[in-house]
Amino acid sequence: MSSTTNYILGVYDDEDEVLHAVSEVKSKGIKIEDVFTPFPIHGLDRAVGHERTRLPIAAFMFGVLGLACTLSLISYTMVFDWPMIIGGKDFFALPNWIPVSFEGTVLFTAFGLVITFCISNNLYPGNQPDLLDIRITDDKFVMAINVDKNKKVSADDIKKALKDSGAIEVNVK
Amino acid sequence: MSHVVSPIREKLVTGGKSYSDVTHDICKQVEGEPTKEWKWAFGISSIVFIYGAYCLFYTWWQGIGVWGLNKTVGWAWDITNFVWWVGIGHAGTLISAVLLLFRQKWRTSINRSAEAMTIFAVLCAASFILAHMGRPWLAHWALPLPNAFGSLWVNFNSPLVWDVFAISTYLSVSLLFWYMGLVPDLASIRDRATTKGRKFWYGLFSLGWTGSSKTWARYEYMSLILAGISTPLVLSVHTIVSMDFATSVIPGWHTTIFPPYFVAGAIFSGFAMVQTLLLITRVVFKLEDYITIEHIEMMNIVITVTGSIVGIAYLTEFFIAWYSGVEYESYAFINRATGPYWWAYWMMMTCNVISPQLFWSKAIRTNLMVSFILSIVVNVGMWFERFVIIVTSLHRDYLPSSWAMFSPTMYDIGDYIFSFGLFFTLFFLFAKYLPVVNMAEVKAVMKGVSSNFPEKKKATKKTEE
Repeated sequence: MSSTTNYILGVYDDEDEVLHAVSEVKSKGIKIEDVFTPFPIHGLDRAVGHERTRLPIAAFMFGVLGLACTLSLISYTMVFDWPMIIGGKDFFALPNWIPVSFEGTVLFTAFGLVITFCISNNLYPGNQPDLLDIRITDDKFVMAINVDKNKKVSADDIKKALKDSGAIEVNVK
Repeated sequence: MSHVVSPIREKLVTGGKSYSDVTHDICKQVEGEPTKEWKWAFGISSIVFIYGAYCLFYTWWQGIGVWGLNKTVGWAWDITNFVWWVGIGHAGTLISAVLLLFRQKWRTSINRSAEAMTIFAVLCAASFILAHMGRPWLAHWALPLPNAFGSLWVNFNSPLVWDVFAISTYLSVSLLFWYMGLVPDLASIRDRATTKGRKFWYGLFSLGWTGSSKTWARYEYMSLILAGISTPLVLSVHTIVSMDFATSVIPGWHTTIFPPYFVAGAIFSGFAMVQTLLLITRVVFKLEDYITIEHIEMMNIVITVTGSIVGIAYLTEFFIAWYSGVEYESYAFINRATGPYWWAYWMMMTCNVISPQLFWSKAIRTNLMVSFILSIVVNVGMWFERFVIIVTSLHRDYLPSSWAMFSPTMYDIGDYIFSFGLFFTLFFLFAKYLPVVNMAEVKAVMKGVSSNFPEKKKATKKTEE
């Protein structure tokens, strides 16, 4: 979102209108950069053409890592480093380790997932985004079209397509 | 398109609000000067906090000898308060995670404050564990850290160590879940900010949120997975807390019913605490359009269900004590109901088993004043439940010569007061400086469920479909 890029913005004030507008604008051969909304709209990301996120896979991997780390720590301390007989149990008392390994799994999954989420969306403390429209976090739905990536369609046609699809305003930024 | 809502459903947001109204109504608390009511509430809770902090400091300084413990009753108010607060904390996660998985849309306007309550309640619980250790500066010994004793590690077979892991994981994961839920709303405040300070602080913590559809899609997956792992986590926490008792050999504690019984009790008391706070918050912050009678009624229904489960658990315990044929076990239970602590037992029975049954009447469960009083009654009852389990099981042990009673000192009481001061001070700070209702989630469910959502938009929706 550097300031040199040329954007045409369609501003909508309804979630269903913007969802329909996406397919309408796309059907005219216009490539949509992204849509910005105040709350999640189901199916919008797929309509825009984003790929399905792989976050669940990352979460699963972090979970496996957490389980492996906790179980290794417990077995290292309880079996190898300083084995002790407790209540006549085996040193390798797996059933007793379920609670702590479970908590370790959850802890690694949660933190791994959130950190991955922040990195993949470029979210970090102190990041000052150059918002295309200040009302996105309030009540407006903004469709952004990158003019440089739509060489085949003229700017006027893009503006017209946005207006036709129900945009209440069309702005250039 | 985005959701299908049955026409017989009650409206979740009343007053014909638009998206912009939601932002305005919720943000105005954060942006305006603190109200007189808030200043009073915050002032009183700070005074309570300071008095409690003195008592807690004295306990830490002198050691737990300042409590009323004796060699027969070695656990009393400390563990009672700990279990009580952890239990209360469970409702927040239940509302935000379990109700998310069950797609219960009514949770959207209450989940933020319920989650905040979870975090503060777990902090209160932690204060008792630290004090109970006697030497709180050695609290890190409960963690598996390399040390100069050999290394001598913690015992991973012990429920007390499980508890350390459960509570700390629970606290940090809840904090993470709550904070990630706040990010889009912090961005709303950032974009409305008129002062430099607000722009800086809310800008810092909103992490550069833009509201892009790609971010939202990932965000929803993240919330779903966090809810998915928080659900077993919250169940594991109180299960493990109950194992602190259940794996011992004390009659009255050594019961296999404890895990489900404790989890139900936790949800029961937690919902009651959320109810108490919501009924205050909706009036003080004028949120009657967001936290409606419908919400209050739903909460009361959950309280009735969990209260009934708890009631059945009490009866089952009694039956099993008799059926087992173990005379120590039978004695522990007869002593609970008829011994010197009979009043605590019947207090528990009245508050927890009988009082929530009043909610079978619709007139009662939709009455705000009665709901408020009963929500407090339930928490009094749940405190007595833990007191009964802990103190009554201990005070008459195998050796009649060492039978004893427990009486609290001013430091037992003062440390309990501390937890209230801490809880309410944090809650009032949260209510002033952070959005108390999750704006993004409320906006997302509004179209289907808001009363008089602007008619023009409903019309366009129909023609397009």
